[in-house]
Amino acid sequence: MPYVQSLRCKECGRDYPQEPIYVCDFCFGPLEVNYDYDAIAKNISRESIQDGPLTIWRYDALLPADRDNAVNIGAGMTPLLKADNLGKVLGLNNLWIKNDAANPTHSFKDRVVSVASTKAVEFDFDTIACASTGNLAGATAAHGAKAGMNTMVFIPADLERGKILGAAVFGSVVLVNGNYDDVNRLCSELGDDRRWAFVNINMRPYYSEGSKSIGYELAEQLGWHAPKHIIVPVASGSLFTKVHKGLQEFAQLGIIENADTKMHIAQPFGCSPVAKAFIEGQAHPKPVIPNTIAKSLAIGSPADGMYSVGIANKTGGSATIVPESEIAEGMKLLAETEGIFTETAGGVVISTLRRLAREGVIGPDEETVALITGTGLKTLEAIADSVETLTIDPTVRSFDEIVTGAPVL
Amino acid sequence: MPFRRVKFTFKTERIQSPVIYDLGQKFDVVTNIRRADIDADNGWVILEIEGAVDEIERGLEWVRDQGSDVSSLDGDILAG
Ligand SMILES: Cc1ncc(COP(=O)(O)O)c(C=O)c1O
Ligand SMILES: [Zn+2]
Repeated sequence: MPYVQSLRCKECGRDYPQEPIYVCDFCFGPLEVNYDYDAIAKNISRESIQDGPLTIWRYDALLPADRDNAVNIGAGMTPLLKADNLGKVLGLNNLWIKNDAANPTHSFKDRVVSVASTKAVEFDFDTIACASTGNLAGATAAHGAKAGMNTMVFIPADLERGKILGAAVFGSVVLVNGNYDDVNRLCSELGDDRRWAFVNINMRPYYSEGSKSIGYELAEQLGWHAPKHIIVPVASGSLFTKVHKGLQEFAQLGIIENADTKMHIAQPFGCSPVAKAFIEGQAHPKPVIPNTIAKSLAIGSPADGMYSVGIANKTGGSATIVPESEIAEGMKLLAETEGIFTETAGGVVISTLRRLAREGVIGPDEETVALITGTGLKTLEAIADSVETLTIDPTVRSFDEIVTGAPVL
Repeated sequence: MPFRRVKFTFKTERIQSPVIYDLGQKFDVVTNIRRADIDADNGWVILEIEGAVDEIERGLEWVRDQGSDVSSLDGDILAG
């Protein structure tokens, strides 16, 4: 907070006061938080970070709010695990898994919503809102509860029962009869004329800053340097651009020496507008109608798609379109090698990783991080057909017959 | 007066047809272009449309029928 100077338009550079606004009045470009980096540089160090709490708020000098007022349920500082088993399968000797399924509501969305809800309180909103098919719903409902705010979480009525309950347990959830487009339209209309903090509309400049903390943590957990490659699951592209921004800021502030990380886009076949634009050499993703089992990545009209394509290009990264059939394979591969059960978005990331390793885009000894952003327990239906179990009678004979396959004496 | 901020994306060959001018002629809406870009294969225009809600919706439907993609400037709000 002390270090925020303004909100600045990403397109025309005009400055705006720090308010619940998100779009430039002049050119309609998106607004982004603009910091006084000279002042931050004087006050931040590896030591000052290490003295902080074990949450995203250890990096509050680079967030738009102060840790003392944070709406905090413990987002961040998730494990970074050396993935030697998976690495062996893929021929990668320096592979890491960032397990963001270990967040309080089991996805990276706790990072962004912790920041958005903190700002919502600061701006004196009494209602926090979002529209979501899963992860964002849970994160918003949980932080809303912690902040003591009214919560409005809009969910398509036909969503799986488990996901609805997983958000509804924290407070009120509104089921909307209608398709994705209907929910989108309803929410932009509601957002227009109600005084609500809509986490990914009028809170978006603050919300998205929360994802930078993944970049900071990676650098810190790797021993204060940036990895050579990061593979990121992309929906709106916010996470992708902000992980990159986090590493760039650390380098600019001298906390790490440099940040020449190659940023790789991972998208599922059924919703890959950003990857497609990159592959076809176009700057602007063309909107699509999503049809993928990776529902957490089903954004057909990605707000930060263009910026993501730009960063992938600038950093020498890549983009991969993962066939739908390889999503569950990726989930299983990670589970069977590393003991981590990820959701479909993680399946997309692991399958992307496998392709990049096979194609030589990632060299065997290059330090590589795969971002696992959510838990498999929320998308059980995706692996229902690819997981096998054995059923036996409660006798040793049946066990020997069916499980060990040994001939019965 | 209600307004919507939208982005039209179209194939370059469409650029020659005056979609935005026609939109203002055929429907009771006022258009206000804020930003645009055109590369080899694609073009886009970001604009504000002001008018009655129904008229805006009918107008946008017509733009879609002309072969352009119409998306909200905010992108999809419904997130994973
Ligand atoms: C598990 C998971 N991973 C990745 C993403 C991508 O987020 P973004 O919209 O920032 O690209 C989402 C978004 O909903 C998600 O739920
Ligand atoms: Zn601007």
